[in-house]
Amino acid sequence: MTAVGTPRTTSTPTTRPGVGRAFAALLWRDVFVTGREFVTFLLQVVLQPVFLLFVFGKVLTELGFTSNTYADVLLPGVVALAAFLTALQNTAFPLVIDFSFTKEIEDRLLAPLPTALVAVEKIVFATLRALVAALVMFPISRWVLGSLPVTWSDVPLLAVFLVLGSLVGAAMGMVLGTVVKPNRINVVFAVVLTPLLFTGSTQFPWPALESLRWFQVVCAVNPLTYVSEALRAEMAPDVPHLPLAVCALALTGFLVVFGTLGLAGFRRRALD
Amino acid sequence: MDAAVEVTELVKRYPGRPVDAVSGVSFTVDRGEVFGLLGPNGAGKTTTIGVLTTRVLPTGGTARVAGVDVAADPVTARSRLSVVPQRSNLDRSLTARQNLVFHAAYHGVRRAERNRRADELLERLGLGDRGGDKVDAYSGGMAQRLLIARALMHAPQVVFLDEPSTGLDPQARLFVWEKVRELRADGITVVLTTHDMEEAAALADRVGIMDHGRLLALDTPAALTRSLPGSATLDVDVERAVGDTDQAVLAALGALPQAERVEPVADAAGLRARLYLSADAATTVGPVSEVLTARGARLTGVRLGEPSLEDVFLKLTGRELR
Repeated sequence: MTAVGTPRTTSTPTTRPGVGRAFAALLWRDVFVTGREFVTFLLQVVLQPVFLLFVFGKVLTELGFTSNTYADVLLPGVVALAAFLTALQNTAFPLVIDFSFTKEIEDRLLAPLPTALVAVEKIVFATLRALVAALVMFPISRWVLGSLPVTWSDVPLLAVFLVLGSLVGAAMGMVLGTVVKPNRINVVFAVVLTPLLFTGSTQFPWPALESLRWFQVVCAVNPLTYVSEALRAEMAPDVPHLPLAVCALALTGFLVVFGTLGLAGFRRRALD
Repeated sequence: MDAAVEVTELVKRYPGRPVDAVSGVSFTVDRGEVFGLLGPNGAGKTTTIGVLTTRVLPTGGTARVAGVDVAADPVTARSRLSVVPQRSNLDRSLTARQNLVFHAAYHGVRRAERNRRADELLERLGLGDRGGDKVDAYSGGMAQRLLIARALMHAPQVVFLDEPSTGLDPQARLFVWEKVRELRADGITVVLTTHDMEEAAALADRVGIMDHGRLLALDTPAALTRSLPGSATLDVDVERAVGDTDQAVLAALGALPQAERVEPVADAAGLRARLYLSADAATTVGPVSEVLTARGARLTGVRLGEPSLEDVFLKLTGRELR
């Protein structure tokens, strides 16, 4: 072996490195890896909403089955859906794989930061991916639908609700990813994702469901409803929608509940 | 100077289990020591290491690593220890070198320093030309070397190796052993678990033998085997004097205070006696020689049979290690 000056232990105790620096390094690793497979990532997150938008917003309108105004209803819902589901899937799937199969997360759990912050990093990163997914929906919808009903003044509120909605989605994903047994993951995702997709008021305004009361109640339990409704309030104010304050309150409540459950689930999987 | 690892009355009971996984274990590892925890699967070794590496919460007792209480301040403890896991948990989205560099980044090592260390450790672990490979392409032995390199990236004071050579081919195993010895030479404290007594005897300064969550014995491998009465043996070939009998020679040897019992070895051409000893085999050669000389017999051959850690384990638990 070569007698190089290897990193040695010293008798003086090493000072504890900053927790913030460790957190930033974890986040940087995830961003770094995503950056290298950015095209794959975009295809993953964008294809479903693009087809939704194209078939329901464009094809059905052209064929005369829906009115021109339906695109106004649909677009905010599809953007909300893109953000919410991207966030959910980007915590749930990697966590199942990490904890049950590759154990890659172990090196992060041994990084010098509290275990809860490793979980928070996962949520923050999933939120970042979700925001990218939502963001690319805007130029795409302009291309598919030929118009984009958003002005710069809408941006702050849209951003707030997209962040909030993505956080809730990521927290829900963490709950699923840490609670579900790995051999059940396919079943659970089929059972959870499809209802989430169709009860999130993405394809219809929630207040219009009054004639279908039971379904309205079901949709009210889906956090995605409040993201869709909030975006609709900004992007299509003429369509009936829930007040922003209600959406904000509901999403905050969901975030507290799923955040707490998700962090608890993560801790249970991370520590014996 | 305080100990590198200090475990006091450690207890771990997993919820819903009727017995403790670790049941009142205490031991201390000195700085710069290689310490081995030997025991069969399910003995509590991995749980003990889990507590020490902040991944398992203790039910009772305390554990300190590099002066830090791992339960009270896991974050500081993590910065001073590192783990070489039993199964590879390398980041498969990254290259080998990136695995090292990101690990160091998690631990707050500055960019220039972590690049320098990564190159140096890849070289040292014989992976110098494979640093750019995805770790998927790595063999088991290479992955193990990379895991060791990763563990050294943040210059830990204590390195924990869980079953370091399980599943490796003999050559890779020897390489890992050599690296463990180098860690010791660098003054790094090493705690390893193994169910392989050959590995424990080859690497560890001291060995703790665990079974059913308890520490049954703790000493140097030599002292542990010495402590076994009757398992050190001494085979002697004897050319007896004319007129003497085999029986009489055996009886005389059996009268030695060190000899627990004496048996003739059947397959020998002349007279070969096997002495089962309560003492060290080497130091018994002298007295044996004196007894034989006094009878006019000649000692023509000697073979020492040292007991192994396997014998120690058998004695302590009443069963085989594997």
